[in-house]
Amino acid sequence: MESFEKLGQMVLAIALFAGVMGLILLLVGRVKRRAELVESLAFVVPALALLSVGLVYPAIRTTYQSFFDRTSDTFVGLENYTEVFTNPAMLTVLQNTAIWVILTPIMSTAVGLVYAVLVDRSRFEASAKAVIFLPMAISLVGASIIWKFVYEYRPDQQGIQQIGLLNQVLVWLGFEPQQFLLNAPLNTVFLILVMVWVQAGFAMTVLSAAIKAIPSDITDAAQLDGLGGIKMFRYITVPSIRPALIVVLTTIAIGTLKVFDIVRTMTGGQFDTSVVANEFYTQGFRILNTGIASALAVLLFVLVVPLVVYNVLQMRKAA
Amino acid sequence: MSVVVTTAEPVEGIEPVTVSGRAKKRLSSPWASLAAIVLALLWTVPTFGLLLTSFRPQASIQSSGWWTWFSNPEFTLENYEETLFGGAALSTYFINSIVITIPAVVIPVTVASLAAYAFAWMRFPFRDLLFVAVFALQIVPLQIALIPLLRIYVDLGVNGTFWPLWLSHTIFALPLAIFLLHNFMKEVPRELIEAARVDGADHVAIFTRIMLPVVAPALAAFGIFQFLWVWNDLLVALTMTGGTTDVAPLTARIAELSGSRGSDWHLLSAGAFVAMVVPVVVFLFLQRYFVRGLLAGSVKG
Repeated sequence: MESFEKLGQMVLAIALFAGVMGLILLLVGRVKRRAELVESLAFVVPALALLSVGLVYPAIRTTYQSFFDRTSDTFVGLENYTEVFTNPAMLTVLQNTAIWVILTPIMSTAVGLVYAVLVDRSRFEASAKAVIFLPMAISLVGASIIWKFVYEYRPDQQGIQQIGLLNQVLVWLGFEPQQFLLNAPLNTVFLILVMVWVQAGFAMTVLSAAIKAIPSDITDAAQLDGLGGIKMFRYITVPSIRPALIVVLTTIAIGTLKVFDIVRTMTGGQFDTSVVANEFYTQGFRILNTGIASALAVLLFVLVVPLVVYNVLQMRKAA
Repeated sequence: MSVVVTTAEPVEGIEPVTVSGRAKKRLSSPWASLAAIVLALLWTVPTFGLLLTSFRPQASIQSSGWWTWFSNPEFTLENYEETLFGGAALSTYFINSIVITIPAVVIPVTVASLAAYAFAWMRFPFRDLLFVAVFALQIVPLQIALIPLLRIYVDLGVNGTFWPLWLSHTIFALPLAIFLLHNFMKEVPRELIEAARVDGADHVAIFTRIMLPVVAPALAAFGIFQFLWVWNDLLVALTMTGGTTDVAPLTARIAELSGSRGSDWHLLSAGAFVAMVVPVVVFLFLQRYFVRGLLAGSVKG
């Protein structure tokens, strides 16, 4: 397909959509009997129809397929789930996911919090914050390429220079260069650092707002009592923003549970770095084992639900 | 989700004039400044290194680190030329990204604002129950829908076109979009709507002439969030296109290059920045909306 043709298709699709929606609204405007009911149907039915066909039905279907074999032909009971929880390769996947979900929120929040406190009310606050926030704008694929280059490894031989920054730093310090992305289990930590790099901006923004909302009479009183620096941080700042901290931690945990792009781009899940969301893709769209992939998707759903419920409850409290 | 939006300050900080503000400033030590600078460097140097690399000749990239540029400055646009128009053909994927993203923003924003208006201001059976259901759908991870959804597209015969991407992104955007826009529309004063009703305006007229202009900032914030989400998405792109030249976006192509040509840094560095330039421009010019949108959608997906 030529670019021109593609752009044409795009314009056509938007025009088609606008035409259909416009027609519906026009027709609805002419209805006189039970007008409100007809109008409201025209307003909500497009959304509800899309959600039922595209989200509710597929979710039920996936759950159903998780009890069937790889081609969805034969009922296998809980076999896919047993496989997920007993196969050694799958257990590595689950273990990696656990490491991701524990480390990423803690590290991102720590960095975000410290940075928010450090730059709070400084002269360069706005630009200092933009610097940390910018990684959130680019894709996880882009972030992965940036860091894959930092981790790049060249064999430690005469006449060969390192081109990855981290290995060059090791060489400058007198160490041997490392294959950061190849050696388990530390390679998972190096992947996690990419997610921390992206998520710290989110943590910083939310926590910075929470810090600014601390009533000044509290900080003033603490200062009169002689509290300063680290003690102020430990006894006043952190306790005051506890609800925001919990919201940030759980929000990042939810995002991390579904992390896919970084693993896919940097290692493809090889070298024992796979996580549930990546394994779902590999099983469902590469190996074409619908049974296992569906079981993994259901597992992801089951893991996300308690986190989201807790997150929403905490947000209510924080408000 | 919505709560965070209202409590979060935009990135541009406001200089405080309180007593404690001035008092606190005195507490910051040189060590604190040093720590802040180190963090800021860790957050910028990796990107800067890759950006510099993308302008170095291929031979230099392979034989020396980008930091040697300062003693041996070189500049070329060849990497961009090759990555865009050579074997990597990123120009084609750039067009694909645009063709995917624009309808994947326009369609869900329209569908969602209609539904949000109905949930906020119209009366119909099961309204509250349905709204709770839509709200609850936000927690469904995309993964649980992807395999059956692809099946549906294959059965409909639209597989391999842009329709699976447009429709999937629309569907996945709706729960969050309806919820957010509903919250904004609900805050419009009741008197405004009732006055219009008394004047004989029907819901279609109220929606188009009163509601849309009033909630335009919210539409913009969500639109920008959705734009970046779709532009940066990899999962839907890979599963719904199979990575073909015809319809796959930049992210899918670059992730694929990272696997198949992982050491061709002249292609990867330039390619990564081709994909990043649009989000970064959006970020720089629409920062306020952008931050709000991102915070609001932080648990999406």
